Amino acid sequence: MTGGLDPIDRRLVLSTQGGLPLVPRPYHQLAEEVGISPAEVMTRLARMLESGAIRRIGAVPNHYAIGYTANGMSVWDVPDERIDQLGARVGALDFVTHCYHRPRRLPEWPFNLFAMVHGSSRAEVRDKVAKIAAVIGCDCRSYDVLFSTSILKKSGLRIGA
Amino acid sequence: MREAIELDTIDRAIIDTLQGGFPICERPYAEVAGGLGIAEADLLRRLQRLLDRRVLTRFGPLFQVERMGGAFVLAAMRVPETDWQRVLAVVNSLPAVAHNYRRESERNSEFNMWFVLAAESEAGIDAAIGQIQQSSGLQVFSFPKLQEYFVEMKLPVRP
Repeated sequence: MTGGLDPIDRRLVLSTQGGLPLVPRPYHQLAEEVGISPAEVMTRLARMLESGAIRRIGAVPNHYAIGYTANGMSVWDVPDERIDQLGARVGALDFVTHCYHRPRRLPEWPFNLFAMVHGSSRAEVRDKVAKIAAVIGCDCRSYDVLFSTSILKKSGLRIGA
Repeated sequence: MREAIELDTIDRAIIDTLQGGFPICERPYAEVAGGLGIAEADLLRRLQRLLDRRVLTRFGPLFQVERMGGAFVLAAMRVPETDWQRVLAVVNSLPAVAHNYRRESERNSEFNMWFVLAAESEAGIDAAIGQIQQSSGLQVFSFPKLQEYFVEMKLPVRP
């Protein structure tokens, strides 16, 4: 599903990007805000879930507050012709929460494979990064780990009205 | 930067359960509360408190703007320490900046400000990057995803 957003779906995005209403019938409240029936709100949200326009409906924790005080973005320089195979294997590790192929920005940035790892300490994250290194093996030309030291902003998507 | 916040077993169960999804039905909170063995009103009160205390940063649909014609792009900058607050204010003032993290390298990367831009179109991303570069006087390096291998941001609450 690509192309522009349906105008009513867009109003649903605007009404929920700050969060789902904390009332017993949240979809009924959205229906009033958007000017459609509750049944249509639910049908449209279900459709957006199915198409992937909504990844999930749920809670986003501040991971520091739930015990994950160390968050490391591990970045790897691997051969382009091997990256899809390596990315799939690294992404399959149970402690990797995000894994992407991204472009290098030479000469400042040689890394093309990004894998995010969370833990309760930097030692735990380093231990997990070592497991990623073992998967990548001799295809690893260089790597780095960037630990977050503070959340500067975390508001999520905000499109304009 | 540890944020010590006391969570009881019910709060933990709520966070773990709601990272997994939320029903679409007339009384979804009542349904989730039933599964947790608490009252709907208790769940709503606790959710509000978790959001107020910033244990949860959000509760609701997580949109993939790429699937709606928009874009999410990771970007980074090398910000001198002496200029940090000024540049931070520039970057955070843009609504297109969805998240922003300070990071320090274990090795020798100088990129220390990492943020995600979210916009309804690629043009919106380019405009935001242009605005940050112009206002900050620093180069923005963008890292659009070329391939997604895995995304599943669910972390069980730790003691």
